[in-house]
Amino acid sequence: MNSAVAFAEERNPTDWQSDAMQKRIRKRYASERRFKALGLGAIVLSAGFLAFLLIVMVGNGLRGFTQTELPVEIDFPAMTGGASPSQFVGANGSANLRSLGVQDIVSTSVQIQYGEQGTELFSAGSWQTVQAAILDNPGIVESRTTLYLPVGSEIDVAYKGDGNASAEKTVEELKDQLSTGFNSNFLFNSDATDPMQVGIWGALKGSLITMFITLIIAFPIGVFSALYLEEYAPKNRFTDLIEVSINNLAAVPSIIFGLLGLAVFLNLFGLPRSAALVGGLTLALMTMPVIVISGRNAIKAVPPSIREAALGIGASQMQVVFHHVLPLALPGILTGTIIGMARALGETAPLLMIGMRAFIATPPGGIVEPATVLPVQIFLWSDEVNRGFVEKTSAAIIVLLLFLLTMNALAIYLRNRFETRW
Amino acid sequence: MTELVDSTNSSESYTMTESAVPNISAGDGPLKMTTRNVDVFYGDKQAINGVSIDVTMDNVTAFIGPSGCGKSTFLRCLNRMNDTIPIAKVTGEITLEGEDIYAAKMDVVQLRARVGMVFQKPNPFPKSIYDNIAYGPRIHGLATSKDELDNIVETSLQRAGLWREVQDRLQDSGTALSGGQQQRLCIARAIAVDPEVILMDEPCSALDPIATAKIEELIHELRGKYAIVIVTHNMQQAARVSQRTAFFHLGTLVEYGVTSDIFTNPTQEKTRDYITGRYG
Ligand SMILES: Nc1ncnc2c1ncn2[C@@H]1O[C@H](COP(=O)(O)OP(=O)(O)OP(=O)(O)O)[C@@H](O)[C@H]1O
Ligand SMILES: [Mg+2]
Repeated sequence: MNSAVAFAEERNPTDWQSDAMQKRIRKRYASERRFKALGLGAIVLSAGFLAFLLIVMVGNGLRGFTQTELPVEIDFPAMTGGASPSQFVGANGSANLRSLGVQDIVSTSVQIQYGEQGTELFSAGSWQTVQAAILDNPGIVESRTTLYLPVGSEIDVAYKGDGNASAEKTVEELKDQLSTGFNSNFLFNSDATDPMQVGIWGALKGSLITMFITLIIAFPIGVFSALYLEEYAPKNRFTDLIEVSINNLAAVPSIIFGLLGLAVFLNLFGLPRSAALVGGLTLALMTMPVIVISGRNAIKAVPPSIREAALGIGASQMQVVFHHVLPLALPGILTGTIIGMARALGETAPLLMIGMRAFIATPPGGIVEPATVLPVQIFLWSDEVNRGFVEKTSAAIIVLLLFLLTMNALAIYLRNRFETRW
Repeated sequence: MTELVDSTNSSESYTMTESAVPNISAGDGPLKMTTRNVDVFYGDKQAINGVSIDVTMDNVTAFIGPSGCGKSTFLRCLNRMNDTIPIAKVTGEITLEGEDIYAAKMDVVQLRARVGMVFQKPNPFPKSIYDNIAYGPRIHGLATSKDELDNIVETSLQRAGLWREVQDRLQDSGTALSGGQQQRLCIARAIAVDPEVILMDEPCSALDPIATAKIEELIHELRGKYAIVIVTHNMQQAARVSQRTAFFHLGTLVEYGVTSDIFTNPTQEKTRDYITGRYG
């Protein structure tokens, strides 16, 4: 009691209106405003970069999904000697088509229409468009038909406004006939030497297979490691050492993992070069530490009271883990997994080390067949001299970004599904 | 009947042998659990010092004592919850129905089903009310059919006095209940596995007087069906719900006896100081 009185006497009542106090309050508000402005500035800046990236990529890339075409009239009945549509349906359809010699028919038709040098206007693979058209609709071989065939890469680029002088001139001459069509090659083909014929499907499929392998290896191993380390492992020097090692692994530059993959999977185990299997394994090595770390954090965040509750009614350690801890930690684990997978999806360097930089003209048929992946394909195309590849590179980047977006959307969906409302 | 631990001196009680402690049983009725010379260490620090106590079937036993004296620690020995703390080490003998629960052949999982626990902070699973109750019976295979399980859930909730409030919303999340309802849900969850002993660690410390009254009423009703041990900081509560009271101080058992005697006529000065509020 006494001391309380003495205490009250020692202090003057606080004057909230005093100048010093007012100044302090103003300063506090000012610093608050400064902080807000800084934060807003940072967000605007990064949003700006993102918008710039997207606009440039989409602007360039969308052109990669289109192609410039010229009409070619083909007199099928005369040229084929009266082939009937029924020849090109069913099992023998494509074999019969091959023996028809479509390539010659097309070049003859082109020469009739555009003169002796006419074939140079067109993409070397343009006859394949005709072949596809016949397979698609065999009825066209019964009459004179006009088909739109892709022009050569130089003219294509020139028509899109970025060509060299001679191509510009050709475009000027043919202006009335040139048109723009959807480039279905780009979605269904693989790598090629002619930019008019390249496609992203091979790389996309390679990426899908590689990611799948990465996921099925890295996810279970990562989650089980995290569970074991958090729930079972004794806390001692040895587990500390493991923890430090895992944290370090997550920070190791990706190219080192490529070297590791090269040394272990190719040289030691003798797995085939360039295969999606090896790529997936290498990326799994890289992704695993990320999953372990995020998994451990998610598991740590599960309140101990839940574990006690389950133990208290006689659940075994494993039941506690699988019935309670894992479901509650799953959203966090999934988020970490997706971050790791997104990083793996965009990874080029380690894959170059294991030989995934080869020219692969057919989509991989399995996990041990030579494959390429989207970022490597982008890297390879960006290295090409032919200007036709510029827009293809951007288009491939769009596909990669879409892949990434799909993956993230899936992650958010899964996370919301598993999120427990408290 | 005033039977007491005859020593408040920690070094003496530490050296007590079983034959030298005749007054550890404050009970009549069948013995459920016994402890002899239990010591608990957290690393090098001793938290419980030579505690010997008998828990009987027909009485509610209350543990009281100042904060940090080791009530929770001792309670958690009774169903081996201390196993989950790596640095905790328990010595001495604790039996359930004459079986040593720290024996190597003792199945901890089964022990915890037989000795249920209700924690200080309500900790329902973030699942539906139904699943909260049904979880224990499910993992122990106590119900063979859905009907049987439904029945267990209903009777457990009824015994915990929660049935009327939640019967229409069994699929709602258990965490959406109020604090008092959550605590009764936790009690129902403990009852659902049909334990022999229920340990309650300050079950009312987060509750308002009405919810507290409900839980006390519940303890009255459960008495006799289960051996009940309750830790509480509330003297009135100990006096109301328990028939036997143990007073702990600095890790030792100071006094153990019939509740009314402890509160009206304690033999130890420390006990008297504590219950009259003169402690510290
Ligand atoms: N996990 C632990 N690790 C180390 N020491 C602990 C641990 N748990 C409890 N202790 C110590 O053991 C002693 C007894 O703690 P305990 O929780 O049993 O006290 P209590 O009587 O339940 O207190 P309260 O009434 O405040 O709940 C305290 O000194 C505490 O610091
Ligand atoms: Mg306590």
